[in-house]
Amino acid sequence: MAVATFGESVKRTEDPRLITGRGKYVDDVRLSGMAHIAFVRSQYGHARIKSIDTSAAVDSPGVIAVFTGADLQEELGGLPVGWMLPDLKQPAHPPLAFETVRYLGDAVAVVVADTAYQANDAAALVNVDYEILPAIVNAEDATKDGAPLLHEEAPNNIGFDWEVGGGDYGEAIKDPDVIVVKERIVNQRLIPNSMETRGVVADYDAGKGNITLYTSTQIPHLVKLLFSLVTGWPEQKVRVIAPDVGGGFGSKLYLYAEEVVAGIVARHVQRPVKWIESRSEAYVSTAHGRDHICDVEIAGKQDGEIVGIKVDLYANLGAYISTFAPLIPTYLFGLMLGGVYKMPNIECKVHGVFTNTTPVDAYRGAGRPEAAYLVERMVSRFAQEIGRDPIVVRRKNMLQAHKNGREVTTGVMYDSGDYKGNLNKALEIFDYRQFRADQRAARREGKLLGVGIAAYIEICGMAPSAVASSLGAGAGLWESSNVRLHPTGKATIYIGTSPHGQGHETTMAQLVSSELGIPVEDIEVLHGDTDMGQFGTGTFGSRSIAVGGAALFNSLQKVKAKTHRLASHLLEADPKFVTFNNGTFAVEDIADKTLSIQEVAGQAYAAANLPPGMEPGLEEVSFFDPQNFAWPNGTHLCVVEVDQDTGKVEVQRYVAVDDFGNVLNPMIVDGMTHGGVAQGIGQALSEAAVYTDDGQLLSGSLMDYALPSADMFPMMELDRTVSPSPSNPIGVKGAGEAGTIAASPAVMNAVIDAIAHLGVKHMDMPATSEKVWRAMQDAKEARRAERAAARSQRS
Amino acid sequence: MVTSNFDYFAPTSVDEATSLLSRYRGEAKVLAGGHSLIPMMKLRLAEPGVLVDIGGIDGLSYIKEEGGGVSIGSMTTYRELATSSVIQANYPLLADASARVADLQVRNRGTIGGSLAHSDPAGDIPAVILAIGGSVVARTRRSSRDINIDRFQVDLLTTALRDNEIITEIKLPALAAGTGTAYSKFHQPASHYAITGVAAVVTVSGGTCTDARVAVTGAGDKATRARRTERILKGKELTQAVIRRAASRAAAEVEDSLNEDIHASAEYRAHLTQVHAGYAIEQAAAAAG
Ligand SMILES: Cc1cc2nc3c(=O)[nH]c(=O)nc-3n(C[C@H](O)[C@H](O)[C@H](O)COP(=O)(O)OP(=O)(O)OC[C@H]3O[C@@H](n4cnc5c(N)ncnc54)[C@H](O)[C@@H]3O)c2cc1C
Repeated sequence: MAVATFGESVKRTEDPRLITGRGKYVDDVRLSGMAHIAFVRSQYGHARIKSIDTSAAVDSPGVIAVFTGADLQEELGGLPVGWMLPDLKQPAHPPLAFETVRYLGDAVAVVVADTAYQANDAAALVNVDYEILPAIVNAEDATKDGAPLLHEEAPNNIGFDWEVGGGDYGEAIKDPDVIVVKERIVNQRLIPNSMETRGVVADYDAGKGNITLYTSTQIPHLVKLLFSLVTGWPEQKVRVIAPDVGGGFGSKLYLYAEEVVAGIVARHVQRPVKWIESRSEAYVSTAHGRDHICDVEIAGKQDGEIVGIKVDLYANLGAYISTFAPLIPTYLFGLMLGGVYKMPNIECKVHGVFTNTTPVDAYRGAGRPEAAYLVERMVSRFAQEIGRDPIVVRRKNMLQAHKNGREVTTGVMYDSGDYKGNLNKALEIFDYRQFRADQRAARREGKLLGVGIAAYIEICGMAPSAVASSLGAGAGLWESSNVRLHPTGKATIYIGTSPHGQGHETTMAQLVSSELGIPVEDIEVLHGDTDMGQFGTGTFGSRSIAVGGAALFNSLQKVKAKTHRLASHLLEADPKFVTFNNGTFAVEDIADKTLSIQEVAGQAYAAANLPPGMEPGLEEVSFFDPQNFAWPNGTHLCVVEVDQDTGKVEVQRYVAVDDFGNVLNPMIVDGMTHGGVAQGIGQALSEAAVYTDDGQLLSGSLMDYALPSADMFPMMELDRTVSPSPSNPIGVKGAGEAGTIAASPAVMNAVIDAIAHLGVKHMDMPATSEKVWRAMQDAKEARRAERAAARSQRS
Repeated sequence: MVTSNFDYFAPTSVDEATSLLSRYRGEAKVLAGGHSLIPMMKLRLAEPGVLVDIGGIDGLSYIKEEGGGVSIGSMTTYRELATSSVIQANYPLLADASARVADLQVRNRGTIGGSLAHSDPAGDIPAVILAIGGSVVARTRRSSRDINIDRFQVDLLTTALRDNEIITEIKLPALAAGTGTAYSKFHQPASHYAITGVAAVVTVSGGTCTDARVAVTGAGDKATRARRTERILKGKELTQAVIRRAASRAAAEVEDSLNEDIHASAEYRAHLTQVHAGYAIEQAAAAAG
């Protein structure tokens, strides 16, 4: 492997390790004397704990100890809330419930045993006497008078009321020419399914009083900070290691009960303890995503001009406030309601509501898929209402291209984009006109084809810390990097974000390589161990390149500056005439006066001949805080066929043209888009978490929760436009979530388009076969009734 | 998800296995491919004290042409059924249905014997064997009997098998000349089990249907013959209209016990059963020539 360049599809250097079973995940951590823990979890949605009898479990083979919530109440503290909102209710969130369980899966006790099997067997013997309480799972119903109450301090189960807007929607719709289209739209609850479930190993060093947590997380540094705040454990005595992490999708972005409990239990039993989440356990104990019930209206004129959007949203929080839950349905949702359109008037109210369900927090896209879905579904719905083509309506309302900041109705500043240019490119690849002709021909043969479009924009690259803090963030959202060149000229870098599948080891090495001219294989990328380097925030919100990459770039500039000065000194040349290309310092016009960066690094350590005042060594750190978020956008087009007989939807074609700004590694970005689109298709067509009214989870395993599989996807046709972001020095945006954000509205618009001629106007996700079949039946039925009514009127 | 404790035996002969079943009668369960039993044990819906693993017994996995028909060893996997030229030639619907069970991993482990013994209401194979006809050979330590497939499925997850019996073989009859077969399935999106599956075996002679066996799975509590559908087909020319009318009665036998879950309401299942009965009969009729 040679020196890599920016924009080259360098193959993922981590893959040989990860796909040949040589990765090291939490479950691969085996410490001497390690015990295992299993949790006893509530089987009810809502119940009062009358008593817990642990005697049979204590006597079970191999059991070391059994703790109930009451036993550990003092030491465990309460789980934190990382994002404040005005008047946010923050009911105590004990890691182990001790009075009341509020959702299926709420942990009430923990068993420690020599083996995982013994721990699980014993957990089944813990006898909890519950008084079952009435439960509520629907966020809107939960706010009604008389609904079962989860927390005394949150009347009507309301955790917060929040609003955002711009312009004056009420005034705008007074215009008699304005047509208002209303829908009730449900964005269903989803269950994240990272390939590796969560897990933690807690290793207590009794001599030093230190605790090391190996945990499958996206945010090792924040886990360290939050663990220390919650338990009072001195922060310098807490070390958190995120080894290889097998996916997260946002669900490993919090401090979880099990992490806290494992740490405290390890101290009690004075042995390392391990917990590995089973898939079934993950379904109830790892945060869920989405779950919105929304009344939405869009207003516009017959010529296609859209004047505004109004949203009244019930966002399900689940039973407690998870770490970032207050952020997701508010800023990450409400600020995006203008989409890529002028949208001069926006009115948005959000009610965050407690229910007897697993807590809801960020899930790939986090708030933005929900917003893009509403906007894009409603723009198409409006086009249908006024009888115009959805592309025409979009084009009419799109923002003009801009390179350096454009303030929109919600008050935020989009960074850069050429929305129409992007749309045009997508339409050209797709050949929209031809499709419409094909669609008509197919319909004559009884085949139902539909096309759906989503022109999305999203907010990522979290985040300018001062802005985030003014909106409620509990921590800074900058990122960090450390670049160390060794005496041999090889490099070790430590980055503040750590990957869970994104390929940081490749892309970050690629950035180092392209800046310093060092071959990729000479660069070691370290991450995820809080004792190894400086603080970092973590991997989420498509920020690793846009913020972390920028932090790395800045460290590299410092390394370049120092090596340049040192090289000039060693070459006895005026720095003005010393160039640096491909890892070589040279003196202009003097062919034989060169030094490689490796030689210069050696000299920095030898320190035999340093310029006056220069410190020896070669190591630089940078902390980068962006001025603005980054705003990827793009156009996705999808073709589906709906089976007349069964309602089954098949995705036949998928075209995505995205604007991710500059792209460091196109192959990795394509992979992110593929995965994101797959996840969006999953939400559109098959995935749904379904609770019974009393809080039992019907979709409790992969046998009933329908993740999409490869046979549901066509080959995706990807392309890009490039509007470099002014928010960071490398002009990148962020590609982690975009696919998920665009795909569900693109697919749903296609499904509706395929059956719109029957009179279908909207349908909630997932568009299961039965739902589509019913919509067709109902529409046909309605037509028949209409015709009958017309006939009877005539006669 | 961890199973409760159990004892494990790995007999190497049918005699040894049936002896174990007698010895631990009531407590013991046969373990074949494990793809129904082990999930149930992990959920602790089944907690057998003893497992008798018949996977190590030689001679239970075979596909043999015998006396015009075909005999299949109970440990034969879906994958073996799907790829067997004998099955493909004699019972194309069985090869096809086997190829569409779940996913490759399940098909590599799951067995025809396990599938019949488990009698999952959404299992594919029970409907296919019902449509072909034939019998299940069940052995105890002392005896052996043939159970006609029409009397084998008794109820939800219940068969005519006794708890000291092992299925050793499935015997399928030769199909008459002019017989076409088809299996049409609408799968549940998560598990890929059948929401509904219809197996049709249709014999056509001189332009009329002389025999028809049609079986439905997924819709009711067990795989069931659609006898009303069969009656409509028999003795007639299989025109579009006849097939449509026959298919419309495919759910009649299970009308009162239609399944309903988060994947399909009873009404939708009944509809799908009719649609797929139409597909299966049409394809079988076309194959019958
Ligand atoms: C993810 C998944 C998806 C699936 N999808 C489908 C699908 O689409 N269609 C479908 O039809 N099935 C499906 N199945 C079920 C699968 O086909 C099972 O393998 C099959 O039902 C049981 O066969 P087995 O060999 O695995 O039996 P086991 O699980 O070992 O046993 C099942 C039951 O049969 C008994 N048994 C097994 N063999 C014998 C024997 N020879 N004599 C007496 N009793 C015996 C056992 O005691 C047990 O009670 C799926 C399973 C999984 C896990």
